[in-house]
Amino acid sequence: MTTTNKDLKAAANQEYKYGWTTNVETETSEKGLNEDTVRWISAKKNEPKFLLDWRLKAFSYWKKLVSENKTPKWANVEFPEIDYQNLYYYSAPKSKKQLDSLDQVDPEILAAYEKLGIPLHEQKQLAGVAVDAIFDSVSIATTFRKELSKHGIIFCSFSEAVQDHPELIKKYLGSIVPYTDNFFAALNAAVFSDGSFCFIPKGVRCPLELTTYFRINAAETGQFERTLIVAEDDSYVSYLEGCSAPMRDENQLHAAVVELVALENAEIKYSTIQNWYPGDANGKGGIYNFVTKRGACRGNNSKISWTQVETGSAITWKYPSVMLIGDGSVGEFYSVALTKGYQQADTGTKMIHLGRNTRSKIVSKGISAGHGQNTYRGLVRVMPKAYKARNFTQCDSLLIGDKCGAHTAPYVEVRNNTAHLEHEAYTSKVDEEALFYCNQRGISNEDAQSLIINGFCKEVFQKLPFEFAVEANRLIELNLEGTVG
Amino acid sequence: MPLLHIDNLHVSVDGKNILKGVNLSIERGEVHAIMGPNGSGKSTLAYMLAGKSGYKATKGSVLFDGQDILTLLPEERARMGMFLSFQHPVEIPGVRLDQFMRAGFNSLRKHRGEPELDPLKFDRLLKKNVELVGLQQAMTKRFVNMNFSGGEKKKSELLQMSIMEPRLSILDEPDSGLDVDALRDVANCIKKLHTLENAVLLVTHYQRILNYVVPDQVHILVDGRVVRTGSKDLAHDIEANGYEQYEQAHT
Repeated sequence: MTTTNKDLKAAANQEYKYGWTTNVETETSEKGLNEDTVRWISAKKNEPKFLLDWRLKAFSYWKKLVSENKTPKWANVEFPEIDYQNLYYYSAPKSKKQLDSLDQVDPEILAAYEKLGIPLHEQKQLAGVAVDAIFDSVSIATTFRKELSKHGIIFCSFSEAVQDHPELIKKYLGSIVPYTDNFFAALNAAVFSDGSFCFIPKGVRCPLELTTYFRINAAETGQFERTLIVAEDDSYVSYLEGCSAPMRDENQLHAAVVELVALENAEIKYSTIQNWYPGDANGKGGIYNFVTKRGACRGNNSKISWTQVETGSAITWKYPSVMLIGDGSVGEFYSVALTKGYQQADTGTKMIHLGRNTRSKIVSKGISAGHGQNTYRGLVRVMPKAYKARNFTQCDSLLIGDKCGAHTAPYVEVRNNTAHLEHEAYTSKVDEEALFYCNQRGISNEDAQSLIINGFCKEVFQKLPFEFAVEANRLIELNLEGTVG
Repeated sequence: MPLLHIDNLHVSVDGKNILKGVNLSIERGEVHAIMGPNGSGKSTLAYMLAGKSGYKATKGSVLFDGQDILTLLPEERARMGMFLSFQHPVEIPGVRLDQFMRAGFNSLRKHRGEPELDPLKFDRLLKKNVELVGLQQAMTKRFVNMNFSGGEKKKSELLQMSIMEPRLSILDEPDSGLDVDALRDVANCIKKLHTLENAVLLVTHYQRILNYVVPDQVHILVDGRVVRTGSKDLAHDIEANGYEQYEQAHT
């Protein structure tokens, strides 16, 4: 045998294209987490007192949960206990001074984004897409800001928003996901380092797709970012986040919080293409993606729509939710979650109907291959005042091979008898029968698989902005290469 | 040279011998019927010819248009002009019947070195064939076999056959589960698609359909062997007296 372990590992990992690292000098917090870490991060960012106070309250709440051993255990995922003292909570590329233009960004980092297919120079970018690039704990650059500011739109890193628009941050931060919400939301609130902030003023339809690209680079570092999007009355915005990380043998923690606020008649379309490193073929390494995402339709006739394509991460644990407060408001959740190798996903949504005539739609598509385990977990809750609330839920599973699993856990709570709920589900297989049927019509295994999978995902992909729908399709096909035939 | 020539074919599935020496020869323009009791190996023969994995020829040969096809993949056999209408066609959620047919049709065109048809041109082709088999065009916009009635499934298989224009059509129980009217429709459709250039191998349990699609030869398959070959009258004999006489004679 001349093949080394390393070669084998590389072969097993060939599907993951984004597994390289970038060499940059970094500034890193001391390992471990205590009150000083929180103060250090806050000071590093020159934050106002209200924010430090909020972080400290969150930290003491999180400490309490840890001491009471209240780490969440209900999800259908398995992983060893995380040693929170053995992580770095802040890592940023060193920069000598304030960056005024892209020319001052470390060329290594610009090259890294170029390699990811996200060039940060505006002339090279996709037309109609503005990007905020986040590298480990900090935002590197935000493009098209001048163009956006003409419309009164604010799109910048969270840190900048804290400096330039503290009143907006103070008003909305934690108003949708309070730090007491759950274990990881508390941890995030204490140590979050950066993220994106979008503000769409009254009556403005955002002319560009807004995109944040998250890249984890440093080792043994957790990434904790917060995204806050506020859409004022009669406004519209479409926002997309993408992410990737190097291949590393140890698991890395990503615990983000996303808060969306939609006021009267406003619409927020939030799309995610999640491609964190999933671990190698034997289940070693990979990102723990423990994320809290929630939106509030505060105004009448407002709309929040989540679309997610989850292909990466060793473990995904997320439930993008909508609080339907305003009368006639609409919440949507479209999801494709793929697990292969030893990946685990426990994902779904919560639709909380509070206002009259509120409507929600859930379309969840789970694909399992290899030893992957895929759970849909969703809650539809209709509160007493939500007269004539409607929900339609469809959760489908596609199984590839016979060692994987699909599970569904739909919860329904209805406290108003005028509500109307529908639920549909099916499970299909890419198995010998299906492939033989296609083969008999002249279609090869490879084409048959892509036909079946595209068909299965289509309803969700159609909801993505066009450029990204193509990307999502490619990503799924790439991920499933070699799982059949 | 016959279109299909099967010589002393033995087939095992999961280590179990199912076909134990089948001989069969079909010429262009002919209709042959294979009849037999449950478990006699009728569907095994159909799957075997189409190349399903797990169906192993342990002895004998199959020549299609003079070429040994036993080592070919199912898609390669399909591209040579062999079509199998499934007794239980597979459901494919999210994939429309017209897309599915176009994918198959274009793989054939590609194989023949012809340009692929775009959806518009394919739609026009489809329109003619949809009328021929007595379906609605709207039906082809539905997902493959999802919520199709028994009759719709059979007709959809025949629609696919009409599009693929095979040289040999193996129809695995195209009559199962149909009422009298639907049976007549399906049978008429098979008749329309059968020409002097192609051949049909019709696998059935009952004689009924053979009243409409009149076979040139009828083969009785019992316990993996063709125990009797005859004219259409053989089918009437089965209808009247059942398979028992052959089973007893055989065992």
